[in-house]
Amino acid sequence: MNRIVFWLLATVAVVVLLFGYHTSTSGPEASATPPAVISAPKSAGATSTPSQQASQQPSDQPSDQPSDQPTQGATSAPNATTGGEAATSTVIGAVAETQWGPVQVELSIAGGKISDVEVVQYPHGNGRDMQINTYALPQLIQETLAAQSAQIDMVSGATITSDGYLRSLQSALDKAGL
Amino acid sequence: MGMPISLALRGRHEDDPAGRDAWAEALAALRDVDRVFSTYRPDSFVSRLGRGEVALADCPAEVAEVLALGERWREESGGAFDVRRNGVLDPSGVVKGWAVERAAGPLRALEETDVALSAGGDMVCLARAESEPWRVGVEDPAAPDRILAVVPVRRGAVATSGLAHRGGHITDARTGTVPAVVASVTVVADDLTRADLDATAAFALDGEAATWLAGRGATAVVVWRDGRREVVG
Repeated sequence: MNRIVFWLLATVAVVVLLFGYHTSTSGPEASATPPAVISAPKSAGATSTPSQQASQQPSDQPSDQPSDQPTQGATSAPNATTGGEAATSTVIGAVAETQWGPVQVELSIAGGKISDVEVVQYPHGNGRDMQINTYALPQLIQETLAAQSAQIDMVSGATITSDGYLRSLQSALDKAGL
Repeated sequence: MGMPISLALRGRHEDDPAGRDAWAEALAALRDVDRVFSTYRPDSFVSRLGRGEVALADCPAEVAEVLALGERWREESGGAFDVRRNGVLDPSGVVKGWAVERAAGPLRALEETDVALSAGGDMVCLARAESEPWRVGVEDPAAPDRILAVVPVRRGAVATSGLAHRGGHITDARTGTVPAVVASVTVVADDLTRADLDATAAFALDGEAATWLAGRGATAVVVWRDGRREVVG
């Protein structure tokens, strides 16, 4: 190893889920605002777990994922961001039945655009549970969502070798964390 | 094994002697692995084994363990992954993920502390139940300063294989050809040994990467040369 980085994050008690327009990860203002409204589960055995589970983004998974559009039953819940950015609001969608069970998504909308899709309810009682509790499906980031606003802790990539490192985003993250 | 090692800690031991000791232990473990497995060190066991100067039985037990892993993935990838190329032994494709998975042990043992340990873009993540998952960005192979996917990981590992900035480092061991249609493969798994091997083998399989990963129940992002992105899982 010819480059060693000791990257210590400042205490990040909670990460704001509305990362699309996230402004700060440190200080008391960064405390997460939990989704304001969670609809009651419509299926037996399903549980709403708003703040701690991993998230996934349904786009590009058309057949077995819920629609990412708000439905008629959606509840709008304005949810202020912590900084001076454009106001972000969230919308909780209706429960969608998937091959794994009921899934419910929350949309974050900023400046009239969807900035994030968060899964607020995911299936229980099948073989997929354990995996979702340990890691979620990768979420493809929308083209409109800039990388620097995606609230990344680490970067996985093939260029992150000794020579590629200096140009890599991981290097920027490391510097920011020092 | 020239690569940046990045560590992120959150929680009780993020900036105290116990955290620093665990970090030192992790680095020491990686250096030990390098001494045994480096193909750049002519005196390493693997270099000497490759030249036939020592027998496998003379090497540390870890060498046999790594070669067994390589053999398993060679079989499961239909020969696309192989630690031997043209008679040269190079188990680097097994060692990296395997070594980092082991090296993370002392860090995992830190109480009430979240850990993300990355070696050259392949990482082990652990976040407590009360913490947010680590958010791992997947680098765009066409533009390393861009992220094209995010994986929330509470307990698991993420590894990416690709050719970017490394020329034809990974080839199909059966043909020696450099993958032509796949740009990068990122695999998420319970442990980094599996994630790294699956990513490397899938990349070597080129056009079959996504199909092969889906067939073994893997969770992955495959990025194709034409810019298409495919989530497997």
